[in-house]
Amino acid sequence: MLSYVRKKNTLTVRLTGELDHSVAASIRAELDELILDPRVRRLVFDLDGLEFMDSSGIGLIIGRYKLMARRGGTVAVAAPGRRVDRIFEMAGLYQLVERLA
Amino acid sequence: MSIINEMRLDFPALAENEAFARMVVSGFLLPLNPTLEQLADVKTAVSEAVTNAIIHGYGSGKGTVRLHARYTDDGVVTIDVIDRGRGIADIAHARQPFFTTSEGEERSGMGFTVMESFMDAVDVRSAVGEGTTVRLTKRIDARAEPLARRA
Repeated sequence: MLSYVRKKNTLTVRLTGELDHSVAASIRAELDELILDPRVRRLVFDLDGLEFMDSSGIGLIIGRYKLMARRGGTVAVAAPGRRVDRIFEMAGLYQLVERLA
Repeated sequence: MSIINEMRLDFPALAENEAFARMVVSGFLLPLNPTLEQLADVKTAVSEAVTNAIIHGYGSGKGTVRLHARYTDDGVVTIDVIDRGRGIADIAHARQPFFTTSEGEERSGMGFTVMESFMDAVDVRSAVGEGTTVRLTKRIDARAEPLARRA
C-alpha cells in the first residue's frame, strides 16, 4: 500500500494498489506521521504502482500540500497514470503540486 | 431497446464495500467486451457514487446502498446507485466542482465532476430525508460482434 524512502530532505512515498475513501484515512495518518520529521522539505508521491484512484486521492494530496506549504515545503507527484492525471487536471492540482514525469 | 442483462445488489454502507461495488460492476460488464479504459471509467464513477452514498447519504452511519445495473442491446449501460439516506437539498449546488460538506475529512468535492467526466450522462434524483439516486449512463462500444450474434 505505502512504502517510502527519505533521501536528505526529500521523502518519496510510493503508493500501490487502490486509493479510495476506504483506505485514504489510514494512508493519511501514516503520511502525517512521516512528514512530522522536520528534515522533510519535499514530499514526492510516486504513483507508478497505483492501480486505481478516485477523487479521494485529490483530498489526500491537497491536504498534505497544505501541511507542507505551511512550513515552506513542496509536494510533487510522479508517474500518474492517464486517468489519475486527468482527475488531477480536473481538480487543478497542478497549480499547487509539481508533476514529475 | 431491450434489456440484455440486469443485476441488483444491496450492501451495507461500509467503506470496504466501495472496492466490492467496483469489482461487481466490472464483472457484470465483462460480457460487453469493454476496453480496459472503459471499464476503468465506469469503476471510477461507481466508486464516486458509492462513496457519496456512504459518506453523505448515510453520514458514514448505518444504511443500505443498492446498485442496480443493466445494459441494453445497443450497448448502453445504466447503473443506479441508490441510498435511502438524508438526501440533497440543492442538487445543482452539490454538483459544482469543489463543493463539499465534509471539510474536516479532506473530501475534494470533485466526485460529481469525476462522474460526469468519465460517463456519458449523470442524473441525480434526491429528496431531503428520503434519499438519493445517481444514474450513471455510458455506451460501451462493442469491440467484437454484437452480443446477440454471439454463440
